[in-house]
Amino acid sequence: MTHALPKLPYEPNALEPVISAKTIEFHYGKHHQAYVNNLNKLLPGSPFESASLEDIIKKAEGGIFNNAAQVWNHTFYWESFSPKGGAEPKGKLMEAIEEAFGSFSKFKEEFSQAAATLFGSGWAWLVKNEGEKLEIVKESNAGNPLRSGKKPLLTCDVWEHAYYLDYQNRRPDYIESFWKLVNWSKVESRL
Amino acid sequence: MKRIYKIMMVAVVSAFAFSACQQPANQNETNNNQTKEPLAMKDQSGKYALPELPYAHDALEPYIDKMTMEIHHGKHHQAYVTNLNNAIAGTEMEKMDLMDIFKNMSQYPAAVRNNGGGHWNHTFFWEIMAPNAGGQPSGKLLSAIEKRFESFDKFKEEFAKAGATRFGSGWAWLIVDANGELQVTSTPNQDNPFMDVADVKGQPILGVDVWEHAYYLKYQNRRPEYLENFWSVVNWTEVARRYEEAVK
Repeated sequence: MTHALPKLPYEPNALEPVISAKTIEFHYGKHHQAYVNNLNKLLPGSPFESASLEDIIKKAEGGIFNNAAQVWNHTFYWESFSPKGGAEPKGKLMEAIEEAFGSFSKFKEEFSQAAATLFGSGWAWLVKNEGEKLEIVKESNAGNPLRSGKKPLLTCDVWEHAYYLDYQNRRPDYIESFWKLVNWSKVESRL
Repeated sequence: MKRIYKIMMVAVVSAFAFSACQQPANQNETNNNQTKEPLAMKDQSGKYALPELPYAHDALEPYIDKMTMEIHHGKHHQAYVTNLNNAIAGTEMEKMDLMDIFKNMSQYPAAVRNNGGGHWNHTFFWEIMAPNAGGQPSGKLLSAIEKRFESFDKFKEEFAKAGATRFGSGWAWLIVDANGELQVTSTPNQDNPFMDVADVKGQPILGVDVWEHAYYLKYQNRRPEYLENFWSVVNWTEVARRYEEAVK
């Protein structure tokens, strides 16, 4: 089956000033698109030709894994944002965060720290683990928590291409601003 | 090789003097044999320190832009230096040669691997580039490249491919292995071919940084274009010097 680049759920300039239209133009229009194209080139004749993206992520290695996971990760990342995002989670999600991390601010601190200290390219994730508890994990490069049986709830892309045009070397500033975009009702729906 | 790691007043002073009296280079300086000391990785107090760039920030324009050089050298490289000093403070590593740590890298903390690699790799990178450089190597190095890769063009192709296909952040290298043979390889993040964790080990004589911070402001997603332009700034005089030292 052929994989397609999903439509961005908002206008390319909708996340400004946190993420510029220029960053979106490259990040979504070039990087995300390239992962889709590469995957579609690699799949024919492979055992994953008709597999779902999730199945590929759980079982594939090498280039097929890298591109499939990057397709999934980016779609998930874009869907985590809203131009009207930010503030705090509510209800069940807030309860689960408070149970796992003590408070929302402690969770933010821990997640930000994970994103800031991930060396090289990768993703910081909030996940629900097999024991139904929330935890924070760091994944290098195309890494995705589905592979270790965890359910992704929220992610922050810390590949330099995610923030370099807007923040250059100042990754912590990008992470600080990231919170202004998080669509908490979407994150809660993933619980 | 060892010379680089020695705390040498002369290196610090001459690196300083060299950059202080830097003039816009003219074509006559292309590939000349500038006899300059290797960049020092430590300052006089024995702490790791950021070396001065051996040319002006805008000297590699238009291939590598001024803003990229300012941030890459002044912020990223500086951060590796600062974090390396912090990572070794109060440990036996403070007195150790970085090369001896690299050889047994798997036995040392990740912060030393990341930041020690970051400091060495970037210091090396600044030295193997120069303004008005590029072209082709000559002499023994060219013969060795032709022997190993058939032609200079085929070598360039293989090296660029190593850089283009390194997934995520890392470096592509031309190294001299333990048998004195040239090899093209790549390493993730700030690893390098000196480290016991590297798949292919040897002494680097040429390297290119393919972290996105090395090219994103100018080339964005177009890493292959950055790699193509990199050839215009390769300081083959320095690469040849390192080759001859490695096969000595």
